[in-house]
Amino acid sequence: MIGNQLHISLYRYNPEEDKFPYMKKYKIDKPKKDIMVLDLLNLLKEEDQSISYRRSCREGVCGSDGMNINGKNGLACITPISSVIKKNKIELRPLPGLPVIRDLVVDMTEFYNQYEKIKPFLQNETTAPEQERLQSPEERDKLDGLYECILCACCSTSCPSFWWNPDKFVGPAALLQAYRFLADSRDLKTQERLESLSDPFSVYRCHGIMNCVNVCPKGLNPNKAIGEIKSMLHKNKKDIIVSDGV
Amino acid sequence: MNNIFTNNIKTIEFDSLIIGGGGSGMRASLELAKSGLNTAVVSKVFPTRSHTVSAQGGITCAIASADPNDDWRWHMYDTVKGADFIGDQDAIEYLCSEGPKAVFELEHMGLPFSRFKNGRIYQRPFGGQSKDFGKGGQAARTCAAADRTGHALLHTLYQNNVKEGTNFLNEWFAVDLVKNSNDEVTGVIAFSIESGEVAYLKAQATVLATGGAGRIYASTTNALINTGDGLAMALRAGFPAQDMEMWQFHPTGIYGAGSLVTEGCRGEGGYLINKEGERFMERYAPNVKDLAGRDVVARSMVLEILEGRGCGENNDHIFLKLDHLGSEVLNSKLPGICELSRTFAHVDPLYEPIPVVPTCHYMMGGTPTNVSGQAFTRTNNEDHLINGLFSAGEAACVSVHGANRLGGNSLLDLVVFGRATGMHIQSELKSGGGVSSAAKSDIDQSLERLNKLNESTDGFDTAEVKKELQECMQNYFGVFRRGDFMKKGLDQLSALKEKVYNLHLKDKSDAFNTSRVEAIELQNLFEVAESTAISAYERTESRGAHARDDFPDRNDEDWLCHTIYDPQSKIVSKREVNFKPEKVEAFPPIVRTY
Repeated sequence: MIGNQLHISLYRYNPEEDKFPYMKKYKIDKPKKDIMVLDLLNLLKEEDQSISYRRSCREGVCGSDGMNINGKNGLACITPISSVIKKNKIELRPLPGLPVIRDLVVDMTEFYNQYEKIKPFLQNETTAPEQERLQSPEERDKLDGLYECILCACCSTSCPSFWWNPDKFVGPAALLQAYRFLADSRDLKTQERLESLSDPFSVYRCHGIMNCVNVCPKGLNPNKAIGEIKSMLHKNKKDIIVSDGV
Repeated sequence: MNNIFTNNIKTIEFDSLIIGGGGSGMRASLELAKSGLNTAVVSKVFPTRSHTVSAQGGITCAIASADPNDDWRWHMYDTVKGADFIGDQDAIEYLCSEGPKAVFELEHMGLPFSRFKNGRIYQRPFGGQSKDFGKGGQAARTCAAADRTGHALLHTLYQNNVKEGTNFLNEWFAVDLVKNSNDEVTGVIAFSIESGEVAYLKAQATVLATGGAGRIYASTTNALINTGDGLAMALRAGFPAQDMEMWQFHPTGIYGAGSLVTEGCRGEGGYLINKEGERFMERYAPNVKDLAGRDVVARSMVLEILEGRGCGENNDHIFLKLDHLGSEVLNSKLPGICELSRTFAHVDPLYEPIPVVPTCHYMMGGTPTNVSGQAFTRTNNEDHLINGLFSAGEAACVSVHGANRLGGNSLLDLVVFGRATGMHIQSELKSGGGVSSAAKSDIDQSLERLNKLNESTDGFDTAEVKKELQECMQNYFGVFRRGDFMKKGLDQLSALKEKVYNLHLKDKSDAFNTSRVEAIELQNLFEVAESTAISAYERTESRGAHARDDFPDRNDEDWLCHTIYDPQSKIVSKREVNFKPEKVEAFPPIVRTY
């Protein structure tokens, strides 16, 4: 019964055995209830131990299992197969643009390097009070939509600018975090942060393609954050010119 | 590459070694990195993928924000009572009194806490919280970053470790402890998951911060990686485990999926209903209702289901009602829950109740330690410190949670004792402390298990054996327990042992071989499950999370004590509970009602 089977095409590559990656076909009976793509992979792995992928929380908060599912990046654990199956087919590939270690596992070094580059930690050299630093709910609201990033890399690896310049363009994920600290009323290194982003590549390679917004499994909007950084940079430049004039 | 290793493997040396990159591990490493000691965190996942990330509701601490008169002693009273009086009061005192410092430090590091109008940290009510030693009504003591507090905490700690230049061995898997002839721990055998390279990671101090092992049960809120690796390594090295019968079943795991729904939902005003729409907790805990201790709520839910008042087609779950809270509260305070519920229960909490069921959530037991994180073993009914070995967080049993952990106390435990462990190691190593070297034969011994797996040519299937183990634990060692039932479970476990240690690793490749990792994890799960089962069978009373049909009452005369499981003899002995806090009078055991 063709209609009752699910055809899975899975990207396979084991550096010890394969000269080149290839797509391997699997067939399984269609599960009776809707399951997540991760559950599907777990079923396949029970049959074929050699399949490799990352996973941890299985509920969309740890960011381990970003992959390319029928052409679109997403988290396997919160993507129901019903939402992606086309004609009983599903194709699973690693996140695009990063070196493949094995099967669906990519080398994320370049991605993490960009994250570290933006100094992803609060910088405030003033003496800390005995209690917490105060922050109004309105100031705190500015961090919503920014701090929730899970570093799954779905956005950056769907971004053509990142594919092109992964070493020089910071990419949507790390830029979202750059803005998270620029927007934090407690952080005092705004000027230094902006200066480190003012070169032609770090931010300005973003051309508003919007793939990042389209794929973010947490519904975040890196494009908007990048826009905010650009306007801060712009304003900063004007301020510097004005103060030079004085 | 040849998969059989002898001890001419590479040795990588550090001052201190932290196994596990979750909250407690990264809090300890932060302290050590700042002190200038050469510290490495070994984590089988990139640190922000650790299970701390899933903590939702918050971190409980008397920072006196919601109530300016709040007092850490009230928090201590609640924790002692919540623990059903077998939490060590010196440790609980340390937790509650040092807590505010540790939480303010997190805020200074940048943790994006939600805020009150006056700019201070937002606090919400959680179960088991009171003012004025139980006499002043419900307290609101849980500091929160919306319902993503664990995520915010874990990322903040990672970020600050990046700042301080901590060494990370990410996607390295620790297999076994290395122990020298003086019974000192000198590091671990570990391998890089990415390349398969095996190394002896040598250190003067080794910290087990590997979290819980909820995956011993079929139904759990825990991440797939929660396999008790550190605790199991300690057990295999012959070191004991404490209070292993004490497993918390969280009242609200999403029915079918197991994902956690924070207690904060009930803190914000949500409540549980049975199929008749009755708010049944009013019958079981008339004073605090849905905010009773987790053990009490979980048992009440199971009783409702057993008595035929469960919801759904099979009357096998309970509903958590939130819609009356309105969209503003749900979207601002519980956005993550709304998201999880839509994804995993296909229910929008704005309009419909969430189907939930008590689900394995937290391991109160673990490697016994003192308040400085120093692990100890027991000989002649006395504690003997193990040189070189430390533990913190869920993997450890310091014991602040006793027989039942209060919501929001786990995140506090992580940072307070991660920090304390880091501070202790720093002063110990700087004053010349440390361990002697291990011999070649010691290292070889620690390689044995890995070698056996790599040499396997036939044997049992990891996925199948894991299912058998999880079902056994679920059936015989769940919310309610009974001697004759547990005996059956114990027999099943003995039969399983043969399979667990004779797994067939079909794929012997080196690059990112997750089947090798899963086989070792299964062996770790087994060690934890066995210690749980034996300890649960031995404790012939009901206390906190350990509820026995055949011994329904608490028995302070015989069991106001910890259990110590000795992995070598498989015998359970008793250890006295600490009733000697320094700054306050001890809280004596009273009948525990809510």
